[in-house]
Amino acid sequence: MTAAQPLPDPTTAAEEPAAATPEAPQREALYFALRNPKLIVGLSIVLLFLLVGLVVPPLLEHGPNERYAPPLLPPSGEHWFGTTQFGQDLFTQFAYGIRATFLVGLLGGGIAAVIGMTIGFVAGYKGGWVDEVLNMLTNVVLVLPTLAVLFIIAAYVDSYSVTTQSFFIGMTSWPWAARAVRSQALSLSSRDFVDLARLSGVRTWKIIVRDIAPNMSSYLFMTFILLFGGAVLAAAGLDFVGLGPSDGMSLGLIMHQAVKWGALQLGVWWWFVPPGLGITAIVGAMYIMNVGLDEVFNPKLREM
Amino acid sequence: MLKFDRVTKVYKVGAFGGGSFTAVREASFEVRPGEVVSLIGESGSGKSTLGKMALRIASVSSGTITCDGTDVSTLRGHRRLKEYYRKVQGVFQDPFSSYNPVFKADRVFAMIRSEYHPGVSDAEWRDKVADALKVVRLDPDQVLGKYPHQLSGGQLQRMLLARALLLDIDYLVADEVISMLDASTRIDVLNLLADLKARGMGILFVTHDLALGNYISDQTVILHRGEIVERGVTSKVFADPRHPYTKKLFASVPQFHKKWDEVEAELRAREAADTSSQPYHLAEGQAVPSELVEVTEGHYVQPFHPRAAV
Ligand SMILES: Nc1ncnc2c1ncn2[C@@H]1O[C@H](COP(=O)(O)OP(=O)(O)OP(=O)(O)O)[C@@H](O)[C@H]1O
Ligand SMILES: [Mg+2]
Repeated sequence: MTAAQPLPDPTTAAEEPAAATPEAPQREALYFALRNPKLIVGLSIVLLFLLVGLVVPPLLEHGPNERYAPPLLPPSGEHWFGTTQFGQDLFTQFAYGIRATFLVGLLGGGIAAVIGMTIGFVAGYKGGWVDEVLNMLTNVVLVLPTLAVLFIIAAYVDSYSVTTQSFFIGMTSWPWAARAVRSQALSLSSRDFVDLARLSGVRTWKIIVRDIAPNMSSYLFMTFILLFGGAVLAAAGLDFVGLGPSDGMSLGLIMHQAVKWGALQLGVWWWFVPPGLGITAIVGAMYIMNVGLDEVFNPKLREM
Repeated sequence: MLKFDRVTKVYKVGAFGGGSFTAVREASFEVRPGEVVSLIGESGSGKSTLGKMALRIASVSSGTITCDGTDVSTLRGHRRLKEYYRKVQGVFQDPFSSYNPVFKADRVFAMIRSEYHPGVSDAEWRDKVADALKVVRLDPDQVLGKYPHQLSGGQLQRMLLARALLLDIDYLVADEVISMLDASTRIDVLNLLADLKARGMGILFVTHDLALGNYISDQTVILHRGEIVERGVTSKVFADPRHPYTKKLFASVPQFHKKWDEVEAELRAREAADTSSQPYHLAEGQAVPSELVEVTEGHYVQPFHPRAAV
């Protein structure tokens, strides 16, 4: 090579520094992420709901359970989502409910994801007796009748907040995720590039985080979405049978009350449709995000 | 010296780890510094398994592999293994699965840099990589910054070789490193290996190509179904093969003017005519020992039943 460096090609200039630094793949992924319509749309919807849950409740003058308006008003300028049979404002309930839903989803789904993925990765990568012990643990938790356990716990714990609920849900809902992650990690860790990383002196946890996990990042995100959705639905189920948090409001709780007070029979659609749509929209938007992320992380899909 | 001493590898197979399969049985040979040892054998004979055991990627079931006196199976802990890989490196057989598909191919260089040369400046490293690529006849502009699926098998293979050259290694396990190269690049890489050898590197050259083995190596090891049937100085093994499997292997190199049927018949006839008795001939019913017998100085053969079919 001569000392003169060739001029950088303008079309590849954006990628040029990528080859030099180890952080580059992330930067490049970001570049493609910001140009992926599915990811943008999904993320916008999720963020919109999150924003409602975070920003709106402090601005409202009435609490979610306050009875101050005429009952069963259909949606109007005054009451955007109408009112309940007891004169509670449904938009207020919705905004507070979104908050609880995100908390349960993020915390419950997050706890389950951390436990499930850690166990799955370690079991799949290490194999041998480590795998067998972790498998046994997973199976034990898997055969626990989760909802029944949640019922019992919920019935015995006095002060019961959304956080506590999320914690219990997270601790019991990870086994399938551990299994799914394990089988993926197992098949990936027999690939030569993992051996090559070992030959390059890379530590085990770094190989798991930097070589194996990126190969299944969309899979991991999908797992998290399902855990998120599962936690939201499990919470709704608990709320539905009256074992929800003693203080607070959630989308599940709104639906529970709607059904309990005959909203279906009365045709009061505004009582149960918005919370149902809310849950569906949040989980659905995350699914769209997942498809977008798949394209971002998989360089082969980018070119199609 | 990379020394294999009665190395055996048993894989667990089947559900619940019930079954087992012996891929390598009691293999003993050495790779000395400044020497190329070609490991020849048909597909599934256990060549890659031997290489992987030397690289500590697969465990040794019994026997020992020592590198300059250190038993490699005692290398526990990240630090000691890392030091080992500073001295011993490998190029795997399948270039496509040697690269992480979600990252650019040159990440294999970046990993070496971050683990072994963290202090090197960007410019210095770029030159180092460019040099290593030039040695394997690759144009840096053509291969850097690309994803593995955008490169050819031969390019990927040579990049792996370049990667190993970024470390100042003593031993190289090269598993079918030139299987995907065209004739002219092949000769370049062979010359590179000869050059490395001249600089004192010990190379375990895995191949199923006899001509290549003969061309490049000082020592030859013939592997058949996990057992070494013959080994020794390359010139002696090729000029005077003793084991029926080796003979058959050498005879099976396609010849322009002969069909395999003729070659095989000839081989049979010659064997039947040979009624001499050799120290490595086994009597009827005698079990095949794992120890090899020295034929001439530096040429060993596994004892066999003289008139049994291979
Ligand atoms: N992880 C494994 N588990 C079980 N059996 C294995 C494993 N790896 C290899 N084997 C078996 O061990 C034998 C030797 O395999 P190896 O890869 O060493 O062959 P090879 O000589 O390199 O063949 P090739 O020339 O095709 O590369 C084969 O029969 C193979 O099926
Ligand atoms: Mg092989």
